[in-house]
Amino acid sequence: MRNETLKERLGFGVLLLAALVVVVPVLAIVALIVLKGWGALSWKFLFTMPLDGMRAGGIFPAIIGTFYLVIVSIAFSLPVGVMAAIYLSEYARDNALTRTINLAIINLAGVSSVVYGLFGLSLFVVFLKFGVSIIAGALTLGIMTLPVIITTTREALRAVPHSYREVSRSLGASRWQTVRHTVLPRALPGILTGAILSVGRVAGETAPILFTVAAFYLPKLPTSLSDQAMALPYHLYVITTQIPGIPEGFRYGTALVLISLVLVMNIAASVLRSRYRKRR
Amino acid sequence: MTSGRPKISVRDLVVTYGRTRALNGLSVDVRAHEILTVIGPANSGKTSFLRCLNRMIDLDLQARVKGSITLDEIDIRRGIPAEDLRQRVGMIFAMPIPLPLSIRDNVAYGPRMSGLRDKAALDRVVEDGLRAAYLWDEVKDRLGQPALKLSGGQQQRLCIARTLALDPEVILFDEPTSGLDPISTAKVEEAMTELRKTRTIVLVTNNTKQAARVGVRTAFFLMGDMVEVGPTEEIFTAPRDQRTEDYIVGRFG
Repeated sequence: MRNETLKERLGFGVLLLAALVVVVPVLAIVALIVLKGWGALSWKFLFTMPLDGMRAGGIFPAIIGTFYLVIVSIAFSLPVGVMAAIYLSEYARDNALTRTINLAIINLAGVSSVVYGLFGLSLFVVFLKFGVSIIAGALTLGIMTLPVIITTTREALRAVPHSYREVSRSLGASRWQTVRHTVLPRALPGILTGAILSVGRVAGETAPILFTVAAFYLPKLPTSLSDQAMALPYHLYVITTQIPGIPEGFRYGTALVLISLVLVMNIAASVLRSRYRKRR
Repeated sequence: MTSGRPKISVRDLVVTYGRTRALNGLSVDVRAHEILTVIGPANSGKTSFLRCLNRMIDLDLQARVKGSITLDEIDIRRGIPAEDLRQRVGMIFAMPIPLPLSIRDNVAYGPRMSGLRDKAALDRVVEDGLRAAYLWDEVKDRLGQPALKLSGGQQQRLCIARTLALDPEVILFDEPTSGLDPISTAKVEEAMTELRKTRTIVLVTNNTKQAARVGVRTAFFLMGDMVEVGPTEEIFTAPRDQRTEDYIVGRFG
């Protein structure tokens, strides 16, 4: 009997250890970035242009650039992804075509991000002649996030009980009316989760924007979609590896701004989601 | 009113799911203003039959349907869009399934989908539907509350109200009281008997006593065939087929 409990405790201990292995690095990263980056944060750092070869001044253009990239890429990938998921979940029959599409989605999710960058360069920048621009970078990021949005949306749609669809159809609603008025409202929180995940990825990825939009340094803010832009992850890369003599606080400050930006967007989306859940 | 002519006429109805046959060539008429109850053991094809009558069976991608069904002599597969058919031939499911909306929005759902926007008209439809389903007095002060908060019996009457809001000519009941207590069952049966005055009802039930209580005529299904159909009293007191008698007295099923 006592032996049993000992074994059990040992088992629990191992499980606890595994959980800690996950949590500790996350906390360590956050703590490190906050501790080292906090000192660099100031209004000047956040809202002014870089000066003196980026060794002084702020990171405002990189913040704005990342913000634009997130907005434009989600504006593209969320509607396209949701529509694709609705088609696959509500309309498509199980045949060779849909199986091919599903396979494509799974494979797309596994492609490494630098390959997306190369693809964006050849399709948007060169072939479609968008040039190195916000629109080229945002579309590249958007295509990268499509698999995530499609998969989460499809799961959210599938989680809506089939009986709701039956009831709606039995009351004379068409298939689209059923999707629009019964299925989508129930699936919305799940769809928002997919969008949140995508925002985090779009804001944080470096490789896809490397050849498609990111500028080393720009003296002014972008004014249109066909302008280049600076972006936080690329800026972080640049000031960490390309320019000697940058104060350490600058790097960690930039990293802090990046994770805070993602965090703020995630919280905003979560609030939206929980408010929507409550309303029903 | 098409007195004399059947409301619904089913001829040589065959339903298959892949290799299994649910109905093997069934022919039956449903008369206007009757309650036709369909009894029979599990897998006798009762529910498949019912779901053919408003083409809900089309939602099942595996199901194949042959034969003809007419409603007021219109071919329901070619002569009328499925959405319009389902407004004229309403359906109540075995389990009450309120949509995750308020009580009011549940009842107003069908009329809204068919294009009714006027608020006063919708309010009237909601009240009429709830009254006809004997639910109005219990919920009139809380129409805005989620329908999922109602009790099981109330939910099933809400589902009836929701179907009635479309003012259907025919109502199909698929074992509507299988999950209800005796008092709720009595209320639903009362509603059915009242509805018969203005509508035609087809009731599938596992409860032979219920068939005896509310049915005008009764059909007995077995393994995808209709063994016999006739006035309910005859079926229960003097069935022509031995199998019907065996089922009614509870020797199998």
